[in-house]
Amino acid sequence: MLSSPYINEKTSVSIIMLKVMLALVPAIAAYVWYFGPAILISITIASVTALALETIAVKMRGLPAKPFLMDGSALVTAWLLALSIPSIAPWWLVVVGTFFAIVVAKHLYGGLGNNLFNPAMVGYAVLIISFPVQMTHWAAPYSLAGEHLGLMNTFQYILGGTLPDGWKLDAISTATPLDTLRTQLQLHRSVDQISQMPIFGSIGGQGGEIVALLFLVGGIYLWLTRIITWHIPVAFLGALALIAGIFHLVNPQHYATPWFHLATGGAMLGAFFIATDPVSGATTPKGKLIFGAGIGLLTYLIRALGGYPDGIAFAVLLMNITVPLIDAYTQPPVYGHKGSKP
Amino acid sequence: MSHRIHSFHGGVHPEENKQVSTQHPIAIASMPSHVIVPVRQHIGQPAKPCVNVGDRVLKGQIIAEADGYISVAAHASTSGTVTAVAPHPIPHPSGLSDICIHIAPDGQDQWIERKPIDYRNLNASALRNRLRDMGIAGLGGAVFPTFIKLNPGVPQKVQTLLLNGGECEPWITCDDMTMRERAEEILQGAAIMRFMLRAETVLVGIEDNKPQAIAAMQRAAARCDFPVEIITIPTLYPGGGAKQMIKTLTGKEVPSGGRSTDVGVATFNVGTALAIHRAVNHGEPLISRIVTVTGNVAQAQNFEVLIGTPIQELVALSGNSADPVSGYLMGGPMMGIELAQIDVPVVKATNCILVKSAKLFPPPPPAMPCIRCTRCADACPADLQPQELFWFARSKDFDRAQKYQLFDCIECGCCSYVCPSHIPLVQYYRYAKSEISAREKEQQAADHARDRHETRLARIGREKQERAEKLAQKAALKPAADSATDDDPAAAAKKAAIQAAIERAKAAKAESDTAASTE
Ligand code: SF4
Ligand code: SF4
Repeated sequence: MLSSPYINEKTSVSIIMLKVMLALVPAIAAYVWYFGPAILISITIASVTALALETIAVKMRGLPAKPFLMDGSALVTAWLLALSIPSIAPWWLVVVGTFFAIVVAKHLYGGLGNNLFNPAMVGYAVLIISFPVQMTHWAAPYSLAGEHLGLMNTFQYILGGTLPDGWKLDAISTATPLDTLRTQLQLHRSVDQISQMPIFGSIGGQGGEIVALLFLVGGIYLWLTRIITWHIPVAFLGALALIAGIFHLVNPQHYATPWFHLATGGAMLGAFFIATDPVSGATTPKGKLIFGAGIGLLTYLIRALGGYPDGIAFAVLLMNITVPLIDAYTQPPVYGHKGSKP
Repeated sequence: MSHRIHSFHGGVHPEENKQVSTQHPIAIASMPSHVIVPVRQHIGQPAKPCVNVGDRVLKGQIIAEADGYISVAAHASTSGTVTAVAPHPIPHPSGLSDICIHIAPDGQDQWIERKPIDYRNLNASALRNRLRDMGIAGLGGAVFPTFIKLNPGVPQKVQTLLLNGGECEPWITCDDMTMRERAEEILQGAAIMRFMLRAETVLVGIEDNKPQAIAAMQRAAARCDFPVEIITIPTLYPGGGAKQMIKTLTGKEVPSGGRSTDVGVATFNVGTALAIHRAVNHGEPLISRIVTVTGNVAQAQNFEVLIGTPIQELVALSGNSADPVSGYLMGGPMMGIELAQIDVPVVKATNCILVKSAKLFPPPPPAMPCIRCTRCADACPADLQPQELFWFARSKDFDRAQKYQLFDCIECGCCSYVCPSHIPLVQYYRYAKSEISAREKEQQAADHARDRHETRLARIGREKQERAEKLAQKAALKPAADSATDDDPAAAAKKAAIQAAIERAKAAKAESDTAASTE
């Protein structure tokens, strides 16, 4: 150390990332419970790919690999990507998505801390644009499928694309509640009718709503341990609920309830784990509110009016573009400058 | 008696480590083998030495006089013989040297004649001059000459006298111990300051991790003949910083680039109040101070130390610990400076000597890239965006760094402390600040040079013109000789002559031009 301070808080990027992963564990456990063990396999594939690519990329940039592998950021990206795409997606889909997340979105922009876009969401966006069919095969909840594929069979399916005798793809996969809502509305069914369908749980889809609740719990843990601040999640979920509420009030038979929108799709995961990615998000307190609210609004607009069932990834990426502007215009007044803007 | 407490933004809670040096009362440090008194121990102009090698000096005698407006005198801290007036390393991170007056103590510790100052019957400016000659400078760290702060200019401008009993840096306990043991004397100093400032309110802010100091100050306040409010504030670094203390106790923010008196508050460290009391009521100039010696030593403790005592002799009093020493800090771990060598003297700014070991102060892990987590911004008491300043400083975008108020950074170290990427942020700010200052100086020098150059050109031009005028006058003198007393015709003639000269020159040039072009 050349100059003070000579002490540091016992913290590091690794510890932060570790806590983020820890916060994801309850929701992942619930995911396994409701949708089968496939998610564990896809998380593993994503993690291994991410670490391998991270090592290569860091080495190619002439940096020591160990501290960068240890920082955990590649693993967090891998987990978030795996949790955003169908768990029973074929292995190469996960690998391609991870490649775009780690190599393109992260390292081509200069590595940790320099990426303009949320890496996991870049990976997701590439996949949904390039492989829309594979991206719609979601694992069916246990309550609908009656039983899950075992771990080995799932493994075989993800790696080889083959199902055991007697199983059909339909039995293990289904459309998500958001997908269902979208297609059924196009068939001129009302929200009331649609929500009678078995895929809909109490508010946000069979099993999915419990997973969402546990993402919320993990998010609160992150807030309590000061890994994240409240601004982005509250603004995100608040804006999403508000606009969903307005649309719902105007036409309840065509627009689902705000509760449904909060409890389904990637809302909770997005609010607490994805939009809060520090590197690509706004940094000032006011900026975080604007950034979060922007994601909430865009997410709803894409869900309700746009071309994709869930809009989080595009909402996040669009708001990533605006970050420098938001930050520049929301600088808080410095001590002794109250009243006088820079 | 519940004073409203305001909070300031940010702040951190480093581990305090204060209990180790508060187990024993303040000890009087033993007489050093030699005394080295730097002529500049305060912010401002160095004092001018007024003794010669070989002179015998008495304890408390002025050995260097205040020079210039912002300056205070320096004194012999014991009696003895001046052995040198020469450069010697001073406590500075760069290990710089400065003029120091070296004294070989004679062991008699013989005082000059000490006369209390009758401050109530002395006019204000005479009183301030006396304090300047008593060498009183702020003992809280900034070492600003105290008499200047006791000159609020407009009467009634300062309503609040604020004694800062906040000592937020880890390890340091000198103010804490001073308050515990010398509360009454501190408040006697406050009485003098209150009189000089004509302040209405006297507040003392102390963090809640110093219950004994609070109790002692409260007991002393109860015996005071003027109202003193002892206010307990939450322990939060850097709550003891003057600006943060003012915000906490009054809710006011000192304007950027301004002084605390701008918001009607004059802030003094409790040690400074004690020094004022010693000077005024006992006629003793500032020749000693309380210093915490702590960290990797056998027995951490506070000492009353003569200014000029070599730090190595002071550290020796606390004994060696078993662990190897990895360095010495003057001040605390958050804002202190690393001493390049320890044969430097204790100065008025020396509040703590913190002996380091690798165990107590392990080197930080290597810096990683900034992940924009904004923990630094959340911790910054100046409401800055340290991650942006870091970015600008690193990319040498100094204009933007300044636009984001780099110079409001108080270098408290909170941002570096919390950074999970272990980026030495403050180092970048210090670098940027010094670069900007250097550039400004360069710019000034360049401006100055340009000015000089332009003046020179102007002078040459003027001289040329004057010569031309003189010539023209001479030429015009003959025809206008008869009307020489009349100004206008003379001027007209001069003009005509100049005009004619220009005409001639033009013609000549045109001629040579055409000649050149036809060739
Ligand atoms: S605390 Fe460190 S890593 Fe976080 S934003 Fe500040 S400088 Fe960057
Ligand atoms: S050192 Fe400067 S930028 Fe860092 S926290 Fe302190 S005031 Fe803020």
